[in-house]
Amino acid sequence: MTATATSARSDLSGLGRSETALRTFLHGLPGVDQVGAEQRAAQLGTRSIKTTAKAQAIDLAIRMVDLTTLEGADTPGKVRALAAKALRPDPADPSCPHVGAVCVYPAMVPHVAEVLAGSGVHLASVATAFPSGQAPLEVKLADTRAAVAAGADEIDMVINRGAFLSGRFKEVYDEIVATKEACGDAHLKVILETGELATYDNVRRASWLAMLAGGDFIKTSTGKVPVAATLPVTLVMLEAVRDFRDATGRQVGVKPAGGIKTTKDAIKYLVMVNETVGADWLDPDWFRFGASSLLNDLLMQRTKLTTGVYSGPDYFTLD
Amino acid sequence: MSERVAVRKTYKLFIGGKFPRSESGRSYLVQSANVSLASRKDARDAVVAARAAVKGWAGATAYNRGQILYRVAEMLEGRREQFVALGVPADEVDAAIDRWVWYAGWSDKLPQVYGGANPVAGPYFNLSAPEPTGVVAVVAPEQPALLGLVSVIAPAIVTGNTVVVAASPAQPLAAVTLAEVLATSDLPGGVVNILTGKITETAPALAGHMDVNAIDLTGVTDPSLATELEVKAAENLKRVLRPAPADHDWSADPGITRMTALLETKTVWHPKGT
Repeated sequence: MTATATSARSDLSGLGRSETALRTFLHGLPGVDQVGAEQRAAQLGTRSIKTTAKAQAIDLAIRMVDLTTLEGADTPGKVRALAAKALRPDPADPSCPHVGAVCVYPAMVPHVAEVLAGSGVHLASVATAFPSGQAPLEVKLADTRAAVAAGADEIDMVINRGAFLSGRFKEVYDEIVATKEACGDAHLKVILETGELATYDNVRRASWLAMLAGGDFIKTSTGKVPVAATLPVTLVMLEAVRDFRDATGRQVGVKPAGGIKTTKDAIKYLVMVNETVGADWLDPDWFRFGASSLLNDLLMQRTKLTTGVYSGPDYFTLD
Repeated sequence: MSERVAVRKTYKLFIGGKFPRSESGRSYLVQSANVSLASRKDARDAVVAARAAVKGWAGATAYNRGQILYRVAEMLEGRREQFVALGVPADEVDAAIDRWVWYAGWSDKLPQVYGGANPVAGPYFNLSAPEPTGVVAVVAPEQPALLGLVSVIAPAIVTGNTVVVAASPAQPLAAVTLAEVLATSDLPGGVVNILTGKITETAPALAGHMDVNAIDLTGVTDPSLATELEVKAAENLKRVLRPAPADHDWSADPGITRMTALLETKTVWHPKGT
């Protein structure tokens, strides 16, 4: 079921030049079988992962966590504490790996950068007038440049959903291209905000649009709207990155974010990654979880596996 | 018309206000009824449900908790015949109902009896108030089936604790039927959770669980198991109630020790004016 089996690699490079070409291509993508996608996602969620496989999955999931705090009430002290936790999620157990990245607002980037310097933990910053994206392009680009200058090596941008939903694909495309340019060497994660896109077909189109425009990662949600990451949406996005690599040879990462709170959820996602796109994506460079409370549950489950007794939230930090 | 086919009942667990089957899918036979055989994971799920219920239950007013416990007695009264049909003697059902009422009355009186103002040498008010300890794991006694169960659950929850009860393996029917009473008594889901099955399977998981604050070993009859559970409970300094002696008289006045054993004392100093 390859969406673009007929597209040759050279066909895609010129798509961004005209609105018509983009629209023709995106609307030419095969429709998503909604019932099929949901059923497939539910079925993959029933796998039982136990003992050593579970221990491996938990460690991998910890390495994939983008430890996130995106609150108006964030303070330098709070983000520094979070960064310290990112380096050593379980201070009682030195064998516990560090997380993939810390994700904060641009104003908090300098405080986190001090703590993370040289540690191997990435520093992600949201930008482009997160979470709504409703700001003039110059403002969004300035936001992005400021975050990169302050030390972020990953930028989480939001797409212009207003333009996308009214069919102005070129505008969305150009904004992503411009943001990518403003990022310089930093990785660009493109937030589709799937909760606002209404259909799986739109999710598939937005995924392709983001990848065509040069996004290094596609991310489901901001976590600021009621519907965040779901398994079927992530399945559609995984299929898109798989088909995109088949078509162009470029590999793009996926980051579900928002609403993933338990180890069980995280393992369901890992199963789906393995079954949909294969082990190439089972790496923090290609798959991340945007989450805050997930980490404590992973640590509790990890403690259960190492000590044999169920742990409780009293023994882990409140973030 | 053909003769009516009786609807047979499956006795399931009681976790978070719902009646799930055991996660393990296992069951065992008691008095020719199928009863769920709880696993360690069910015990963990029950603790999660109990923990989630602590905030609301401990935060409810004592008056409100008393009303709800009294409501349990009312509901139990209506199901009297059902318990008698399960083999619980009628006078034991009556005693169990009376015990709910007795404990219900204590909800707003215990803080007065057990807390209060402390005399101090200084210009301060010094007040001690009892607070619930949190999640309590309970191993219920085998006999008497209903009165024993009520006598361990009611004193724990009346002060604002939530409980995970490992019912006696030999007496699960009365326990699950009591759960049906609790489920229809305005008691918030998760305040009482009941596991049926082997004590040797669920109790060690509860005793070792770091998110359980106290364990009541009343129904443990094997001394070596009691020791093992107490050792596990020491890991996070749980409060422990030792097993009841074999000749314990459950119909006697229970006193307030079962309630006070599961409380923490909060003492505050407050400066006096002038």
